[in-house]
Amino acid sequence: MTTKLFGEPVQRREDPRLLTGRGRYLDDLGPDALAAAFVRSPHAHALIRDIDVSAALDVDGLVAIYTWEDLPDRLAEPLPLLIPHPALTHGRTAYPLARERVRHVGEPVVMVVARDRYLAEDACALIRVDYELLKPVVGVEEAAQSAQLVHDDVPGNVGAHLVQEVASADGRGAREVIESAPHTLAFRLDVERSASMPLEGRGVHARWDADDSSLRVYSSTQTSTSVRMAVAAKLGLPLPKVEVVAPDVGGGFGVKIMHPWPEEVLVPWAAMLLGREVKWTEDRREHFVSSAHERAQVQFVRVGFDGGGRVLGLEVTILHDHGAYTPYGIIVPIITSTQLPGPYRIGSYRVEFSSIYTNTVQVTPYRGAGRPQAVFCMERTMDRIAAHLGLDRTAVRAANFIQPDEFPYDQGLIFQDGRPLIYDSGDYPESLRMLKELIGWDAFPEAKAEAAREGRRIGIGIGCYVEGTGVGPYEGGHVQITSDGRVHVSTGLTSQGQGHETSFAQIAAAELGVPLERVSVVTGDTRRFGYAVGTFASRAAVMSGNAIALACRKVREKALRIAADALEADPRDLEITDGVVHVAGSPHASVPLATVAVLSNPLRYAFDEEAVRATQFAGGSSFDRPPVEEGQEPGLEGRDYYSPIRSTFASGMHAAIVETDPLTAEIRILRYAVVHDCGNLINPMIVEGQIHGGVAQGVGGALYERMVYDSHGQLLNASFMDFLMPYATEVPRVETAHLQTPSPLNPLGIKGAGEAGVIPVSAVIASAIEDAEGIPIDRMPISPSDLFGLRRAAS
Amino acid sequence: MKPPPFTYHAPGSLGEALDVLAGTGEDGKVLAGGQSLIPLLNMRLAAPAHLVDINRLAGLAAVEVEPGGVRVGALARHARVERSEPVAAAQPLLRQALRLVAHPVIRNRGTVVGSLVHADPAAELPAVLALLGGSVRLARRGGTRDVPAGEFFTGPLESAAGPGELAVSAFFPALPPRSGTAFREVARRHGDYALAGIAALVGLDEDLRITAARVACVSAGPVPVLADVTGVCGHRPPASADWAAAARAVQDRAEPEDDIHATAAYRRHLIGVLAERALRDAAREALNA
Ligand SMILES: Cc1cc2nc3c(=O)[nH]c(=O)nc-3n(C[C@H](O)[C@H](O)[C@H](O)COP(=O)(O)OP(=O)(O)OC[C@H]3O[C@@H](n4cnc5c(N)ncnc54)[C@H](O)[C@@H]3O)c2cc1C
Repeated sequence: MTTKLFGEPVQRREDPRLLTGRGRYLDDLGPDALAAAFVRSPHAHALIRDIDVSAALDVDGLVAIYTWEDLPDRLAEPLPLLIPHPALTHGRTAYPLARERVRHVGEPVVMVVARDRYLAEDACALIRVDYELLKPVVGVEEAAQSAQLVHDDVPGNVGAHLVQEVASADGRGAREVIESAPHTLAFRLDVERSASMPLEGRGVHARWDADDSSLRVYSSTQTSTSVRMAVAAKLGLPLPKVEVVAPDVGGGFGVKIMHPWPEEVLVPWAAMLLGREVKWTEDRREHFVSSAHERAQVQFVRVGFDGGGRVLGLEVTILHDHGAYTPYGIIVPIITSTQLPGPYRIGSYRVEFSSIYTNTVQVTPYRGAGRPQAVFCMERTMDRIAAHLGLDRTAVRAANFIQPDEFPYDQGLIFQDGRPLIYDSGDYPESLRMLKELIGWDAFPEAKAEAAREGRRIGIGIGCYVEGTGVGPYEGGHVQITSDGRVHVSTGLTSQGQGHETSFAQIAAAELGVPLERVSVVTGDTRRFGYAVGTFASRAAVMSGNAIALACRKVREKALRIAADALEADPRDLEITDGVVHVAGSPHASVPLATVAVLSNPLRYAFDEEAVRATQFAGGSSFDRPPVEEGQEPGLEGRDYYSPIRSTFASGMHAAIVETDPLTAEIRILRYAVVHDCGNLINPMIVEGQIHGGVAQGVGGALYERMVYDSHGQLLNASFMDFLMPYATEVPRVETAHLQTPSPLNPLGIKGAGEAGVIPVSAVIASAIEDAEGIPIDRMPISPSDLFGLRRAAS
Repeated sequence: MKPPPFTYHAPGSLGEALDVLAGTGEDGKVLAGGQSLIPLLNMRLAAPAHLVDINRLAGLAAVEVEPGGVRVGALARHARVERSEPVAAAQPLLRQALRLVAHPVIRNRGTVVGSLVHADPAAELPAVLALLGGSVRLARRGGTRDVPAGEFFTGPLESAAGPGELAVSAFFPALPPRSGTAFREVARRHGDYALAGIAALVGLDEDLRITAARVACVSAGPVPVLADVTGVCGHRPPASADWAAAARAVQDRAEPEDDIHATAAYRRHLIGVLAERALRDAAREALNA
């Protein structure tokens, strides 16, 4: 076989394992471990007056009960605020177990360890916590106006406030520009809460080796390296004595980049104290009330534009509900406010957000991470401008596009990585052309009229986005070729089912010229790679992909040098094909990589026949030089890092045709089309899979999912019975076309693709429903009952 | 999400099951398909001290088509009843309704009788039993009684099956000649409990004029809501009946409530739309019968 692998739709190699029940997820580990369970607050806001555990002490199989008072040293402190920001003036984080006060339903108060989970839950049910109820703060607007405080020392419940402003070319601010614009519009938009909802919840398994004073932690996480540092710090252990492994992870979608979760430090601590393996596997109800949510925002928009639909000035004020705590900082509203301009050249832009505390589950990034809200805002604005001027919606977008010759394009904002928001490449007019063709935009009015004659209502919608992907600071890759010719690739970044075992192997195989079958990939295991950031922000392919490519190039260079010695050739004349180094054009002068690996490691002791060739009497080395030359290392391996100057910007445009039932108000997606540009494609099949999954989640956000809190701060739909995620039957077939504008920022020319599918869906569906119904759609999600209400109000 | 402790009983005969149920009384619960009970246990919303698993009572799995109707045993799964051709021939409404009950995997385990005893006002089968005027056979140690549908559903998630009683079968009367049925509903997602649903039955005389037009509404009150609209339709051929007026009459009977998925106003509206659609469908079936 050839080694043209980069860009090929190679079947996912992990699937046979994952799809036939041979995955190894967190709960598959430690079958004999003790089980932890938690007493969680049933109240949104309360003081803890007393905790009475006496009734639980009789439970057979009970091992330990811990409250905050039991926690030592650094474990008794609040959990870290992971991403500080100067605008986050009042950042607050929770204690691993509640100290004196609870601030949302689901906050952990007591940890119970027992022989199994059943008994642990029995004990939990017998623990009496005496609460003094406080008035809960629910709803972001209510919180912003409330005298009741979530944290007594956070006035107005405002955790952060940030303004970014980009003046017009002639130096005028957005407000001034809007005042003098030929046309202006002002409106309000609402997006509700949803959540990542991975199939597998969180989970931690820890085992303490007392003889070795070392700790191994398995966590269903998106960042094993950072969990490791957090655990070592919290438990006061030397870093080399802590190993953290992410086993197979059944989805993350952002919620597992949050860390350390209370359970991630408490379970290892209990394992150390008890000298026993301890495991905690989150159940679905826990996931609803004690992990993280996202999306909820209220946006106030003012826009000024000219007769051609060009946006002269845009002012957006955002109220962002971040829940009870801010462990992940203000990344979500920063992304919303900076990705809002999308593919457009906005004359002048002012964005202001207040990030507000409420007595609800904390908010941390969920796939898309603030962008769905941003795109909803910008694209609703584009549609409103079109409606106001009577222009085609695509024409208004085209009038505002950044043109292909304007890259790199500086939006004048500071992005989530603390660096300037400069688009590296893209071709938005071409994307739009492709999308219109794919969905049949220009022919749609006829279809709509035809449907109307049959008494049917259909509508078409569009949404465009730009996504900053591949944020730094860095990732690394390690590549080792062993004397059996196998290639072992590792990166510290974790996987949650995206297909890294395939796409990273494709990169390595292509770079090294070896068959794919010989390459294996390990991710998220600190025993193999200790330095990493994590999997989020559509960064795995860009960051680890490039790092692995760079590491492979180092190994390749070394292999060629050693082979050149062996073949008495010039390394520049050598090539690697099918795992064999040979002189270009003369396949007979060749040496397999396996042999090169043997030669790379001068040996005193032989352990097999191959190894004999590298031993000291084999006559392979020159007496004039040391066996390992200066500046060289034994072994055919290489490690390298990729650290980008700034993010790379993928983009895309989606369109949908929906049908609304004139009587029942049911909403059905008839067609869904995607044009997607993530630069060079490593594996188009995997990219399409990512898009399909993203669109499915987007459909959830647009039509089904919301977290329904009542005024007491109780989550009314904390189960899959009432939190409606779309089934396969609700997700449309996705038609996809790819545009490839390579990123000039990285060696492989790639951009991230992980989140793309989800980002514009709410905007697209709103646009299509609005087209079908002729009623402005300004809040998402929308249910048939909502649409019915809107129809009533409009008539 | 682990159930609290309970004693598990797996009786091997009906008599043994009734003995155990008699012995456990209020503290005992029957476990049939487990599709409703197990989630309740796992969420600790129910904590019976004894679970009486009837899954070994193979004799209760029978589905018998009798001249007057269909008798469904307590262990007959939704899927089995749904797929049965003789059942569909005798009473087509069962298949029409069962296709709307949950998803195939749940129908593979959930039982028709369990669904009736569970008495969820959003469930399809209670509406079917109520519309057809069927009954449930309840056995206890030393006795058996047949409870007509009208008395069986006593409230949301409440039925006439008392402590110590086992529902051994349900009886669904056969479709009379020149009659048709239909089930229409709107659910948020495929297989979800309906926001609103209508089971309809229309019967015609020899001149193909309407002699019966009745519906049962799902999610429209604490128990299945029955509405007889024969009078509203008049003694006319289906083509000239005022189905819209009939639907309005159904709407008036319904008492839907607000919940997180839909407003009461929307549900009431749906009941009207679906009643008209279901009645028209049922009339068409009757004409084809
Ligand atoms: C995801 C999901 C979606 C669903 N959607 C729908 C839907 O759309 N429509 C619908 O109608 N149903 C739906 N169901 C419920 C399903 O139909 C259940 O199977 C049914 O309600 C109960 O049947 P079961 O055999 O599983 O009963 P179980 O769960 O075993 O028992 C339910 C209750 O009835 C009692 N019981 C059961 N059998 C007997 C008996 N023979 N005698 C006395 N008491 C008895 C039990 O003690 C218990 O209280 C859904 C279930 C799930 C999990």
